[in-house]
Amino acid sequence: MGKKVLNILETGYRATVEEQDDTILWLSSMFKGAGLDVTLLLRANAVNYAVRGQDASGLRFGELEVAHPPEIDRDVEALLEKGVAVHYVSDDAVQRGIADSELVEGVKPISKRDLPGLLDQFDQVWHW
Amino acid sequence: MATITIALMDPPYETETTTTAFRIIDAAVRKGHSVNVFAYEGAVNLTMADQAPHPDPVKGTSVEEQDHPTTKDWIAAMFKAADGRLDWVNCGLCVDERGAGNWIEGPRRGAPKDFVEWVEASDQTLVIPTK
Repeated sequence: MGKKVLNILETGYRATVEEQDDTILWLSSMFKGAGLDVTLLLRANAVNYAVRGQDASGLRFGELEVAHPPEIDRDVEALLEKGVAVHYVSDDAVQRGIADSELVEGVKPISKRDLPGLLDQFDQVWHW
Repeated sequence: MATITIALMDPPYETETTTTAFRIIDAAVRKGHSVNVFAYEGAVNLTMADQAPHPDPVKGTSVEEQDHPTTKDWIAAMFKAADGRLDWVNCGLCVDERGAGNWIEGPRRGAPKDFVEWVEASDQTLVIPTK
């Protein structure tokens, strides 16, 4: 049986316009496609990734327009559709004024108090 | 002996984690372990063959006096010390978007799939992310 991995994503919006996505969300999708049993945990600023309706469009430098801005919330939805469980730290969402109703459907809240129990379910925990 | 897989992300000259990672890799291969390195994002720049040392106008030293290896030199030295027990993959898409394709002898082009295969086969995996 393969290893169970928890990817913890903490830094939000790091070079997402340059990359047109978040590189750890992207990597998580590639890992899943390669057969890794991977789960995602969003914490700190990265909990904002699960907020529905983000719009980074309209950026232009000189005559060059950013034709494909990042759509981070849709990337989170795509991960869920691919079978990757996505958790978020509820305390961090509350601290940032993010209500549950603002989040994409399917992400699962977990309190800081319950994090040790979650981590204990995995063979590997990678903190990006 | 163990097999360890390490994921790196930082480009050269931006953070102390690069030196820490090199210390870990070097210590592991010197002890006889095998090490796999997956260079992701900026870390693909660590192996660029065109890196060149420079004199230091603040200290008034020449290139020779500075004697300052670049990151590719450190990595080449670790390949030599590892004697076949160091495998280094540069993530191909990261290489392409950074123009980092001209690298020293030793590393090879790869993809996240290589990292996953290593993870499953290794005794332990260490992810050293960027911040």
